[in-house]
Amino acid sequence: MVVIGGSAGGVDALVGLLPALPAGFGPAVTCILHVPPDRDSRLAELFAARALLPVREAQDKEPIQPGTVYFAGSGYHLSVEQDRSFSLSCEPPVQFARPAIDILMESAADVYGPALAGILLTGANFDGADGMCRIRERGGLTIVQDPEEAQARSMPEEAIRRCAPHLVLPLSAIRTVLPLLETP
Amino acid sequence: MLVEAVYLKYNYDFRDYTGASQKRRVLVAMREMECATVSELQSRVLHEPNGFAQLLQYLTIPVTEMFRDPDYFLAVREQVAPFLKTYPSLKIWVAGCSTGEEVYSLAILLKEEGLLERSIIYATDINPESLEAARRGVFPLDRMRLYTENYQKSGGKAAFSDYYTAAYGGALFERSLMENVTFADHSLSTDSVFSETHFVSCRNVLIYFNRRLQDRVLGLFHDSLCHRGFLGLGSKESIDFSSYAERFEPLARRERVFRKVSP
Repeated sequence: MVVIGGSAGGVDALVGLLPALPAGFGPAVTCILHVPPDRDSRLAELFAARALLPVREAQDKEPIQPGTVYFAGSGYHLSVEQDRSFSLSCEPPVQFARPAIDILMESAADVYGPALAGILLTGANFDGADGMCRIRERGGLTIVQDPEEAQARSMPEEAIRRCAPHLVLPLSAIRTVLPLLETP
Repeated sequence: MLVEAVYLKYNYDFRDYTGASQKRRVLVAMREMECATVSELQSRVLHEPNGFAQLLQYLTIPVTEMFRDPDYFLAVREQVAPFLKTYPSLKIWVAGCSTGEEVYSLAILLKEEGLLERSIIYATDINPESLEAARRGVFPLDRMRLYTENYQKSGGKAAFSDYYTAAYGGALFERSLMENVTFADHSLSTDSVFSETHFVSCRNVLIYFNRRLQDRVLGLFHDSLCHRGFLGLGSKESIDFSSYAERFEPLARRERVFRKVSP
């Protein structure tokens, strides 16, 4: 499983990444971008037109399928369960965000351990740092977008400061690495 | 495990709540109740007089708002209320009513549709503190702006401020709205059906349950509903993955309003 989080500037960054995934890509990819809670997220539709893989909004209790790109909907936290299904919840926002990248990453790290890669992109808050730390602790791979080129640098910077990610790369390099990730 | 112990001692059954969210809430409870380990928390919950009541506040999630998802209330107003008007008397069940925001929202809607006087509303929850807050009907003043917006988007017909007065540092809602409301302690995991109802509204409760418990609860709703009765769920809740998928048909699919397929 690959978990990708982004906030301010995240849509543009993801536009640069997702189309690079080949049709036969193995792992499930789950993306969270912070969007305003009061409107329906159209991210899944937006990216379905650009990706070679099937793209859907993650539903409550839905079993996670390989080779599928999922987006967290707006207004609810998204978690991964032990039986490798998704669940939603209305707990209070974390770092002002719901869905929160931390909640998705932490729960996915608990389930997938070393078979998880976390990618944290541009953003203007501190969401994702705790999640990336948990992924690292549980043996997963952590990749952070180089803050020098991020539209908003505080999110990647906080993760770099707090959890010493394995790789800090510009978007172009993440685009090269991403298709190489495989589920062990 | 903590939830086993809670079930055995207090008969509150959290065993089929989904794991990731429950785990986070136990961790929050440990932090707030200053317990270093789960076993320390467990011993406080089992042996201290107030321990379980405290834990319950963390295990249940009293996060709600008035007219949350205005589209849902608009669908109830436009698509369910016309059917409800055909009954001489109505029973409505708000399951998992938490601190009452949805109950007040529904009562206001029913009042505006001329249905409140002939309705009995059962508002149930497992958390006694939430039920007490719901009975009080005082909500934070700083939420009223959001609630007013929601109310207007939901097709509200009056000025929202007509329904409350600023008092006690909050917004106190009109008592008459609750005249026909019965607040009751009811557990969807262990209790059974208590009445025939025409409309069940249960929003953002099922997401905390695993499939087994979701099936049990949808079964309760199905048994409780009258012939062709209505069921409303949270905006991201689905019956597609449950064994009741065929027993309800969508009335407003996007707004999550369903109708019982009989028998």
